[in-house]
Amino acid sequence: MSASALRLEHPERRLFLLGALAVLCVGVFMTVDAGGQWDFVLPFRARKVATVLLVGYAIAVSTVLFQTVTENRVLTPAIMGFDTLYLLLQTGLLFFLGTRTLAGLDVRLLFAVEVGLMVLFSAVLHRWLFEGGRSVHLLLLTGVVLGVLFRSLSSFLQRLIAPGEFDFLQDRFFASFNNPDPDLLLVSTVMTVGASFVGLRLLRACDVLNLGRDVAINLGVDHRRTVSRLLAVVAVLVSVSTALVGPVTFFGLLVANLAHGLVRSHRHVHVLPAAVLLAVIGLLGGQLVLERVFSFGANLRVIIEFLGGLMFITLLMRGALR
Amino acid sequence: MPTRSPDSPLLPEPAFATRAPEVSLSLPLLLLGFAGLVVLGLAGASLLIGVSQVSWEALLAPTEHQRAVQVLVISRVPRTLALVLAGMSLAVAGLIMQMLARNRFVEPFTAGTAESASLGLLVVTLLAPGLPILARTAVAAGFSMAGTALFLLILKRIPMRSALIVPVVGLVLGAIFDAATTFFAYRFSLLQSLMAWTTGDFSSVLRGRYELLWGAFVLTAVAYVVADRFTVAGMGEAFTTNLGLSHPRIVALGLAIVAMVTAVVVATVGMIPFIGLVVPNVVSVIVGDNARRSIPWVAVMGAGFVLLCDIVGRVVRQPYEIPVGTVAGVVGSLVFLHLLFRRDDRVG
Repeated sequence: MSASALRLEHPERRLFLLGALAVLCVGVFMTVDAGGQWDFVLPFRARKVATVLLVGYAIAVSTVLFQTVTENRVLTPAIMGFDTLYLLLQTGLLFFLGTRTLAGLDVRLLFAVEVGLMVLFSAVLHRWLFEGGRSVHLLLLTGVVLGVLFRSLSSFLQRLIAPGEFDFLQDRFFASFNNPDPDLLLVSTVMTVGASFVGLRLLRACDVLNLGRDVAINLGVDHRRTVSRLLAVVAVLVSVSTALVGPVTFFGLLVANLAHGLVRSHRHVHVLPAAVLLAVIGLLGGQLVLERVFSFGANLRVIIEFLGGLMFITLLMRGALR
Repeated sequence: MPTRSPDSPLLPEPAFATRAPEVSLSLPLLLLGFAGLVVLGLAGASLLIGVSQVSWEALLAPTEHQRAVQVLVISRVPRTLALVLAGMSLAVAGLIMQMLARNRFVEPFTAGTAESASLGLLVVTLLAPGLPILARTAVAAGFSMAGTALFLLILKRIPMRSALIVPVVGLVLGAIFDAATTFFAYRFSLLQSLMAWTTGDFSSVLRGRYELLWGAFVLTAVAYVVADRFTVAGMGEAFTTNLGLSHPRIVALGLAIVAMVTAVVVATVGMIPFIGLVVPNVVSVIVGDNARRSIPWVAVMGAGFVLLCDIVGRVVRQPYEIPVGTVAGVVGSLVFLHLLFRRDDRVG
């Protein structure tokens, strides 16, 4: 008992440090350069921080779970085209329903429909790709090309929509960190909490899944059902993060792999919080540096894309794709 | 072992090329002629599409004659020529890359070549905005050559190289170049210009704005002249050296051609994804992998593919246009996925 506690101490201490760093980031972000107008600054920034927390959480958790399901450290929902599919769904709904109908619809209802479609897609992807025993390389390439296809299709549809109308709705679709829509934020929070409850009950099974499909089945895990549920959770979380800030291809890859490297534990109780904390630190810290050092002269998403891409290639060069 | 000097102009004809029976040669030739006619038909159709009415009757009618000829000479003919030239040279560039990398899934768009070319264009725009277009293209070509060399270098370092991992590396490398380009474009408020460069779009092609593409055509012709070297290089480094040829030299030559073609196309009309991938793969099914024989096919079908994508983009939402890059992205990725899964079934 004491021996295992000693071994556990390591990841937990690291988690504690990460947590402290994240809290520090939040603290600095909330208070720096406030100029005394607390009653305006605090609520305004709190909403920003809430968005960042939500997005960081959604990206980190969805990526770690997806990697567990696919038994692989390189595949992520974003690389498999989930993010761009969400964009395509939004554009498609706009195209087929027409801008007038859509503008009259409740954001929350629309969001629910889109998430439902995403879950459906993940089920199809699961049946079609992951159960066919296809090679990881084929999956990866398929995902990347699906991403290109979805992106080209959405820009194709966007060209068919009258430019003015599209601009009008685009603002509503993509709240940025700087201007989160309160309604959307609320729905996203509810969705995330719901998905997390489902995920929480599967946490132990996730640890077992890490041992590989056959071992997991041998140990009594209903593999198919568990994986389908986890993929549904992933679909919800990807929708949340994409709806809030748009697609970020490599961020999940970055935090998930850093988390695995940092906590040196295979238990999801350790890896998941570490990934979430790293995501929050990365997003808030990065935003801080951009706002204060570069005075908004750069785009955080672009920097993440650059670093994440480098990490991806490094991973491949190290032979991470088995 | 008898050796030839590496730069001997006379290349040994690959054995399988000379052994091919004469009878089967004439049928592909007929087919090629037929494909050429179809592409000519597409080019003719492309001339007649647009906001301003240019029909054959209008060309002959005395009253409208002058206006119709003007539209034709200043806008339509250059556009169609540009489409044909860009399609031909990009498809052939894709074929060369596939032979050099010995991988069916490589082309300027899936190897970071196109993205590094646009990074080069951005750098020129920032550092030396006054340079003439030719010098700008030369810089872009240098960048795309460096980018492609980096791609090949990374490939060498990746363990357990599967055929499928190669394009993934290229696409991600492209994304990295793209991120760097976007970063600087954002800082210097050039995002809109960047969009214009990176989406393959022929709507702004006019007389005087596309002529550089003839340079790409010349490079394609050079590729045809030295086609046998690429065929040999496609059989591997050991095989090439065995024939007394310098493998690094052939690779350098091929890279130079590909990089220059890509840079010229990106500088004049923007990126057109997947042409270099889809066309050579389809052609390889029909005529095999001898570059000398397949280059004419690849060129003709490349031109046809781009013409078709452009016609679709122009007809779907008249009088507006959908850029050819977007149409090619949709069509190309669908064909690519089909190729992928067909291949998987055969292996499995």
